[in-house]
Amino acid sequence: MKTYLAQRLVIALLTLLGMSAVIFALLRLAPGDIVDILFATAGYVSPAEKQALMKELGIDRPYWVQYLDWLRQIAVGDLGKSYRYDQPAWEIIRPLVPVTLELAALSILFAVLLGVPAGVVSAVRQDTTLDYALRVFSLAGLSMPAFWLGMVIILGLVTWFAWIPPLTYVSPAENLTLHAVQFLLPALAVGYRSSALIMRITRSSLLEVMREDYIRTAWAKGQTGRIVIWRHALKNAMLPVVTVIGIEFAFLIGGLVVTETVFNLPGVARFLVQAILWRDYPVVQNLVMFIAIVVILSNLLVDMLYGVLDPRVRYGG
Amino acid sequence: MAVRPSAITVPVAGGARVGAAAAVARFTRKKPLGAAGGALMLVMLLTAVFAELLQTHDPIATNAAYTLGPPNAEHWLGTDHLGRDIYSRIVHGARVSLIVGVASTLLGSVLGGIIGLLSGYAGGTTDLVTQRILDILQGLPLLVLALVMSAALGPAVHNVIIAISIPIIPRAARVIRSSVLSIREMQYVEAARALGVRHLRIAFRHILPNTIGPFIVLCTAQLGSAILVEATLSFLGLGVPEPYPSWGRMLSVSAAEYAQKAPHLVLFPGIAISLAVFGSNLLGDALRDTLDPRLRGS
Repeated sequence: MKTYLAQRLVIALLTLLGMSAVIFALLRLAPGDIVDILFATAGYVSPAEKQALMKELGIDRPYWVQYLDWLRQIAVGDLGKSYRYDQPAWEIIRPLVPVTLELAALSILFAVLLGVPAGVVSAVRQDTTLDYALRVFSLAGLSMPAFWLGMVIILGLVTWFAWIPPLTYVSPAENLTLHAVQFLLPALAVGYRSSALIMRITRSSLLEVMREDYIRTAWAKGQTGRIVIWRHALKNAMLPVVTVIGIEFAFLIGGLVVTETVFNLPGVARFLVQAILWRDYPVVQNLVMFIAIVVILSNLLVDMLYGVLDPRVRYGG
Repeated sequence: MAVRPSAITVPVAGGARVGAAAAVARFTRKKPLGAAGGALMLVMLLTAVFAELLQTHDPIATNAAYTLGPPNAEHWLGTDHLGRDIYSRIVHGARVSLIVGVASTLLGSVLGGIIGLLSGYAGGTTDLVTQRILDILQGLPLLVLALVMSAALGPAVHNVIIAISIPIIPRAARVIRSSVLSIREMQYVEAARALGVRHLRIAFRHILPNTIGPFIVLCTAQLGSAILVEATLSFLGLGVPEPYPSWGRMLSVSAAEYAQKAPHLVLFPGIAISLAVFGSNLLGDALRDTLDPRLRGS
């Protein structure tokens, strides 16, 4: 177990190192840097001034120096300075993190609460009208863009309830109800998509488990359907479901990019888009690395959970 | 990930040869939902091909006299904030959506498929290193990667196609690799090897044709998500540039601003996106059930 964990951590570190190289290279491929953008809006500026600014930001150095410098900064926990705001990147990112985490947690919660029961019902009532309806409903969730769903929700509320969503972020201390509404709607829009995936995998995994011998034994012992399904079958069927939840977490962060934009929530994802457009390298690099770390950790956590959920799983054997 | 899909068994082709029409009829009977999805995709394809015939107005012509107009006999789905006809824009949007979706899916799946084929066939260290490199690409959320890519490459149709195809590569490589792993062990491959056929020839002539089932399933499954990513990138202003009428761009900031005054601005392009993705998802599901029985119902 310990060796397995150590192995996984080493692989995770190497993966992150690879990711950092990919991100760094991609951003340097991008035409124009922040200096170009700044000066494009300012009109004519002397080349000397431009050179001075590039020197100040450190983007006149060779790429490999910049890259190694970035790695050194990460190693000591310094996320660098935002080009655009002239503040430490961490100072800017920090207040955004709780917003995104709250949204992500709520979305996953919705997805599980909606997806798992729907999947169970669909599996138990396989090939009935209810099963078909649930499957179409879940496929619809996979097909609608989350940002469009969000727009339609807002539109519906405005039209039928004359309710206009707050244009700025409301903290829970300010007004708890408004805060809840502000977060529940986007979480619903994002969670619907994830719930569709969770429902599909719950259904297929449960159907597979229900064919096993020990389930037949449980039925033969005369246990009620509810106990057989919820206690015997679902427990073993949850393994792939946990995997999907772990993978979905990564997708979720992608989905949040647009949802935060639509709902005007000051989260990490929305900020990432702005930072990309501004070529604000320190912010983009570190935000993407942050997302990568979250994804890798959630994958690792899922693999660790297997052992807890299924004693047959042994690590590093 | 520690969990990898185990070998995917490829159905052995056989039985009576049926004509294409009979096959479609049989598919429709057995998989009504999948056939509905196929019909949706066919409608989209026809719309994309015959966009000029189906349009009622020039999709990029503005009309200051009738902006944000509600649907009427002249403008079936209304007009946008510049007075452009939404119906005609949606018709032409099908073309953009389909071209970007199909091209990026094919590009990503073919590149990924070749990587998966060679990596799975070679095995050993080559395979291990390839898998780790793919891990790097797959670790990033699809949309985030596409976002950074398309920002890096700049706004142009071919760049959007590349940006969307890159995240597909590792997913395609995984699928093809796992099916290659099982085909590689089959006796006819062993026979070919015993006859002294060169490795590359075995990989491309003997193994590749048998991965066509998973490949088709993969492509239909990815098509929906590629269309969705294109819409999202365009929505964020990082996708297909003006003046191409893209569904995602039609929904962008300007639409949100006028949504209250003109809800049709938001509704119709979104419905178009959803139907297109819904269609390819339905078709993909049914094809997977048919061509890849092991994954049935998942």
